[in-house]
Amino acid sequence: MYVYILRRLLATIPIMALVAVFVFMLLHLSPGDPAVIIAGDFASEDQVHKIREALGLNDPLYIQFGRWMINLLQGDMGESIYSGMPVTKLIGQRVEPTLMLTLCTMVIAISLAIPLGVIAAWKVGTWIDRVVMTLAVFGFSVPVFVIGYLLILGGSRTLGWFPVQGYTSIFESVPGFLSHITLPALTLGAVYMALIARMTRATMLEVLNEDYVRTAYAKGLATRTVLVKHALKNAMVPISTTIGLGVALLIGGVVVRKRVRHSRPRPTDGRRGAAHRLSGHSGRDPGIFLHLCAAESRDRPDLCPLRSANPVLNPVLADTQR
Amino acid sequence: MSLQVQELSFGARLRHRIGVVADSLRRNPTMLFGVIVLALMAGSAFLAPWLGLPEPMHQSPRDRLQEPTSEALFGTDMYGRDLFSRVLHGGQVSLVVGLSVAALATSMGLFIGLISGFIRSVDAVIMRLMDALMSIPSILLAIALVALWGSSVQNVILALTIPEVPRVVRLVRSVVLMLRDQLYVQAAIACGTSTPRILIRHILPNTIPPLIVQATYICAQAVIFEAYLSFVGAGTPPEIPSWGNIMAEGRMFFFQTPGIILYPGAFLALTVFAINTFGDGLRDALDPRMQRRV
Repeated sequence: MYVYILRRLLATIPIMALVAVFVFMLLHLSPGDPAVIIAGDFASEDQVHKIREALGLNDPLYIQFGRWMINLLQGDMGESIYSGMPVTKLIGQRVEPTLMLTLCTMVIAISLAIPLGVIAAWKVGTWIDRVVMTLAVFGFSVPVFVIGYLLILGGSRTLGWFPVQGYTSIFESVPGFLSHITLPALTLGAVYMALIARMTRATMLEVLNEDYVRTAYAKGLATRTVLVKHALKNAMVPISTTIGLGVALLIGGVVVRKRVRHSRPRPTDGRRGAAHRLSGHSGRDPGIFLHLCAAESRDRPDLCPLRSANPVLNPVLADTQR
Repeated sequence: MSLQVQELSFGARLRHRIGVVADSLRRNPTMLFGVIVLALMAGSAFLAPWLGLPEPMHQSPRDRLQEPTSEALFGTDMYGRDLFSRVLHGGQVSLVVGLSVAALATSMGLFIGLISGFIRSVDAVIMRLMDALMSIPSILLAIALVALWGSSVQNVILALTIPEVPRVVRLVRSVVLMLRDQLYVQAAIACGTSTPRILIRHILPNTIPPLIVQATYICAQAVIFEAYLSFVGAGTPPEIPSWGNIMAEGRMFFFQTPGIILYPGAFLALTVFAINTFGDGLRDALDPRMQRRV
């Protein structure tokens, strides 16, 4: 068992290395010279050159890559070119909100989706089943940000129950935390819920055809016991795989989700934002980009690097900054 | 000695498949609903220029952010452009992106998957590459690629295709791995049939049904992802109205006129829903084995 786990872990090393190369190449191929951007519009050729030299951007690519990898393996993610703050610290500030949002999303999604899936499988073919499955398909047909806007419109504007944005640490105030986290968690949870509900129904249907389920019914067990203790327990393996895989999906969804939270207070936020920002300076700040972290937006709102990519790992970040 | 094998012609097999699909359409009302909605969406999007609607790019600043009226069904946006016209025209981009991504990703994935599944020597290398590609969240990879290449419809299509390819490769490869041990493939190898011929004649046809089903899901996802990309500003160029662009531009005005996000959002959701139900129906009809793969 342990050997197996160890082997699987070791097998990820070459993949991680490949990913690192991919990302590194992507950064260096993208247009835009960080030195020019740091130097500003009025810098002379000489100044730009000096900055480039100082950042080590004149070295051959493989040396830059090697240096970056060695630092990374030592836990040194470098400093943000712009703010001079260590990237690890920037990431650290975001860990709590990120974890909390992910956790809440998973709790909400799992606790709703599995019962729905079980009920749909139990009542297969009836209207209950149809409704649940239609809702599930709809769940991953609606873009995350549209769900977000709908919930803001309903929950914040019309009902006035939840704040539009912001984040309160759970250690400061539990009700405050709950009121801030509910809408984002529901929004993110929709797709996740849909996937889990479908998977639950599919595997439950299979399991319910097994002989031992018939035996359980025959010996007079209550439907509830059969469904939960006998069927669901055995159906859990594929379901938990889906739950695990869904985390990746969750992370992907967070990107766009953030924009909803960003959008209102930043009227100057240009439409071409991400592409420009990425290719402009942020993408060229390897320390930042690779760790998908950005407190930059706080220091230099005019630059706001990686506004679009950083939320991938930092769902609530924009709100903690304000 | 030569073996005479009775083979169904391509046309006959195609007719059989179409018959199966038509049959399931008759029996599955949800799938029929999906097809009808999809046809309506495609029809209204591609016929939009001839429907006598106001130009989607025509600005009239005086009528900005109007509520829906009988003239402007969905109201107007912040430049006074007719929202209904823009939403209909916007469907073109979404559908073109969805279909192209589905076609490109499945054909590239099919090619790589066939090779990887059948030629063992390259399998490990290809699959590790695919694993690496898969471990980057697809939306992030797409954003980075568009940032790298610049925003245009072609680049968006390519950027959305690349993250999908590994998933198709895995699907095709798993079918190939299953088939290569089948007796008829072993027999073909024993007869000395060349590898390309085995792949094309004996293996490829069996990968098609699951692939078509997969293509519908990729198409649905690409439509959503195009909107995501445009929404974060890394999508199609803003001159072209697409559902994502309309919503991205309108998000500052959401609280004045929610319709600016809700109408394109509803069209998008309905289209993707239709594609997904169509895909589910196809899966049940073409590939009963795949039912458990959600």
